[in-house]
Amino acid sequence: MSHAVHKDYAGAKLGMWLFLFTEILLFGGLFILYAVYLARYPQDFSSGGHQLNVVLGGTNTFLLVTSSLFAAMALTAIQQDKRLLTLRLIGGTILCAAGFMVIKYIEWSSKIHHGIYPGSASIVKGPPGESVFFSLYYLSTGIHGLHVLIGATLLGVVALRVKNGTINSTDYVILENGVLYWHLVDLVWIFIFPLYYLML
Amino acid sequence: MTAQPHEHNIISFRKLAAVWATLLVLTAATIAVTRFDLGGLKVIGALTIACTKAGLVIAFFMHMKYENRLLQILLFVAVVTLAIFIGLTFFDVLYR
Repeated sequence: MSHAVHKDYAGAKLGMWLFLFTEILLFGGLFILYAVYLARYPQDFSSGGHQLNVVLGGTNTFLLVTSSLFAAMALTAIQQDKRLLTLRLIGGTILCAAGFMVIKYIEWSSKIHHGIYPGSASIVKGPPGESVFFSLYYLSTGIHGLHVLIGATLLGVVALRVKNGTINSTDYVILENGVLYWHLVDLVWIFIFPLYYLML
Repeated sequence: MTAQPHEHNIISFRKLAAVWATLLVLTAATIAVTRFDLGGLKVIGALTIACTKAGLVIAFFMHMKYENRLLQILLFVAVVTLAIFIGLTFFDVLYR
């Protein structure tokens, strides 16, 4: 028996992917709800969708795609044993995540300011389809935003471990899995953006 | 699993940046396409581009193109499960 700590690289990554599949099914369920109600209330969904700001949504798309690039580059950097660069790239990812959340905050607070939130007076009085649209909008972007926060925190922990050397060029599966989680966050937004902001 | 040393694929910054640029071009394309009143085509166009973008992210950013067969098959099973889920839901909703 060796005294070295047992590392199972393939198993760790397989486990992460299995978790990501459950995440895909979670958001997939939300997209199915969206599709079913879109088929039932096409007009109300259209008027709801036109109240969302394409410029803010587009900026957030740009931020997330760029953060995803930085995350993918961080994996390349650690594989090439470039620690400082890895740290900077993870920092860039977290910075983009913060920008995303600030814009999300601006979007949500302006909507809430205009009386558009689940159970508000104008939503309750308005057409039922619009109420469903905004409930799904808050639910989907809310759960997604929660994932952004969790992902950014996770990458912060990864950065600390890169700094103290627990994650290095020979043992980086934690960074790889953290980055995979981050890409999932980007992946979900790739569908939320056209569904809610663009195609209605 | 066999005890062969795992091969770690290192994807160059250049390739990652090219994927990033493609993703931005595709984003611009969806925004452009959905500005016109194309009816149902708008939905098909937006979703086709979204699926293409998702494919690029999974293949390159998430390294799936370079992963072993097991992970690729599992991803396929997950996507097919979701597709069946969506398909059967619509079979019910549209022909009720």
